[in-house]
Amino acid sequence: MSTEVLRCQDLIFGWRETPVLVLESLCVAAGERVFLSGPSGSGKSSLLALIAGLVLPRQGSVAVAGQDLAGLSAAGRDRWRARHLGIIFQQFNLVPYLSGLDNVLLAASLSGIGRAPGKEQALALAQRLELSETLLARKATELSVGQQQRVAAVRAMIAEPALLIADEPTSALDDRRRDHFMTLLLRESERQNSAVLFVSHDQRLAAHFDRHLDLPALNGATPCSGD
Amino acid sequence: MLWRLTLRSLWHRRATLVLVVLAIALSTALLAGVERVRQETRDRFTSTVSGVDLIVGKPSGALNLLLYSVFRLGEPVANLDWGSVEAITKRPEVAWVVPISLGDNLRGFPVVGTTTDYFRYYRYGRDEPLRFSDGEPFDDVFDAVLGAGVAARLGLKVGDEVVLGHGTGTVSVRRHDTMPFKVRGVLAATGTPVDQSVHISLAAMTAIHLDWVAGTPLPGRHTSPDQARARDLQPDSVTSLLVGLNSRVAVFQMQRWINTRAPEPLQAVIPGVALGQMWRMLGMVEQALRVISVAVLGVALLVMLSALLTALNERRREMAILRALGARPWQIGLLMVGESALLSLVGVVVGVLLLQGVAALVMPVLSERLGMALSLWRPAPLEALWLLVVLVSGMLVGLIPAWRAYRHTLSDGLTPRY
Repeated sequence: MSTEVLRCQDLIFGWRETPVLVLESLCVAAGERVFLSGPSGSGKSSLLALIAGLVLPRQGSVAVAGQDLAGLSAAGRDRWRARHLGIIFQQFNLVPYLSGLDNVLLAASLSGIGRAPGKEQALALAQRLELSETLLARKATELSVGQQQRVAAVRAMIAEPALLIADEPTSALDDRRRDHFMTLLLRESERQNSAVLFVSHDQRLAAHFDRHLDLPALNGATPCSGD
Repeated sequence: MLWRLTLRSLWHRRATLVLVVLAIALSTALLAGVERVRQETRDRFTSTVSGVDLIVGKPSGALNLLLYSVFRLGEPVANLDWGSVEAITKRPEVAWVVPISLGDNLRGFPVVGTTTDYFRYYRYGRDEPLRFSDGEPFDDVFDAVLGAGVAARLGLKVGDEVVLGHGTGTVSVRRHDTMPFKVRGVLAATGTPVDQSVHISLAAMTAIHLDWVAGTPLPGRHTSPDQARARDLQPDSVTSLLVGLNSRVAVFQMQRWINTRAPEPLQAVIPGVALGQMWRMLGMVEQALRVISVAVLGVALLVMLSALLTALNERRREMAILRALGARPWQIGLLMVGESALLSLVGVVVGVLLLQGVAALVMPVLSERLGMALSLWRPAPLEALWLLVVLVSGMLVGLIPAWRAYRHTLSDGLTPRY
């Protein structure tokens, strides 16, 4: 098993004809915390779709948890993503009509690992992210934004992923909640020994991370707006 | 889990989806209802004449003859001579004959002049004979036997006196008020036009028309009931004749004999054949009703499609979340199809319940108007097929949003575009 959880090499990718992402190399080691500043238009969406295995690069390779994604079928990539990646979005992370707990258990059941993590495991993890069982029983739409983001974190980490991708997860939170969320998220990822790829334009958060990358600088493609 | 997701998602949007379910329910009730009306009218008409082998009257078209002699619908054209009745009765193939004489009414209910053989030989449904719920067959000239519906509607019982009106309309200007009748018996309900009929003897029919010529009373002549009893009341003619044969095998032979060799030009009709003719005519109406019902189903499906597609735009974010969690594109498609299938299923169930409600509330009124006890309570055999059509077409409609959702999941990546 490789100690790198993510290895992107000589990537060229475009949704249409013009490439929006040309990337020589991007690696994340196991347990490493990487801060990637990527404003809109920098190819961020494309990079995340590539890492998630939703799309394949035109050239080059993406390997997640030691597996070249191009070597897997579409179904295999879906399974791989569920098993090895945890993803937290900017906001509206939750399926609105499910309770917080059901959101977490849905992820667990889709991760397709032999023994799906059960309710106790979900509750224990939620406890560490300061979410009570009562809160988890509420529907997603009845939770505050901060609570929603913590449920999203529980959901992303329930399968103990090798790599946690967080895409501006704190942009909807005020300062106090943002710092609190960061503390909880990083503490838990360290406990699980998950690597973190944290995408944000908020440079104040960069201090929490081992390594800083700047996507516009890495991306060799002409940035296009609206990506 | 996918199943649970579908249920929760539908419940979440229940306010709008109630309308979708209602639209599907309405079209289901229409489709199934048309099928039931079709089946039920056929059953009812067929059961009304189940014991009669031939109906004989003046030539006026098979269907016309059947409708006025048995169903009291339409007007008889001419009468057949009593001599023909006797000639037919004498034939060896004939087991029984029941003459029918029409033309009067009791407050809108048709009066049937006949013989007591009517109560003995008439059969309906599965070989059911007529039964008296009270009293007995007419005996005196001025006795009347009421169908169950007549007695119930007019509040009459055995021993009551009634005055018959002349003609077949609901409001008679001329009434046979010099010769009142006494109710001698009330028949048990049959669900056939018998329930809506008043039965008197042929002699009574002659008696009440003693002072009449060509449909108008002769001025200045007033025969009293007792004077009438003293007269010869043998009828010259009757409207039609119900015939039962010893063996059904002889039916075509007997029909041919009546059509060609009877003392006067007559027409013998096999009830089943005449009914077949009627169903072919009604087939067009039924077809039109079906087309309308299918169109309503089409509208209901469009309502569902528009609801699903509208929701889909709002749900692109949700699809992206599911994809990020590792859901396969086909699982997301299945979610969509599952929703439309479930909506259709609930719609069909509500539709059938709706139909049962209508059957319970509306059909008694309609049955009375038709003079036959129609019941739409029982499902028709073909109904299942229509329910299946609704379910399958509902599911197929779900394929459209499913396909779009599938396309979105491929093009959106992790960040949904709006």
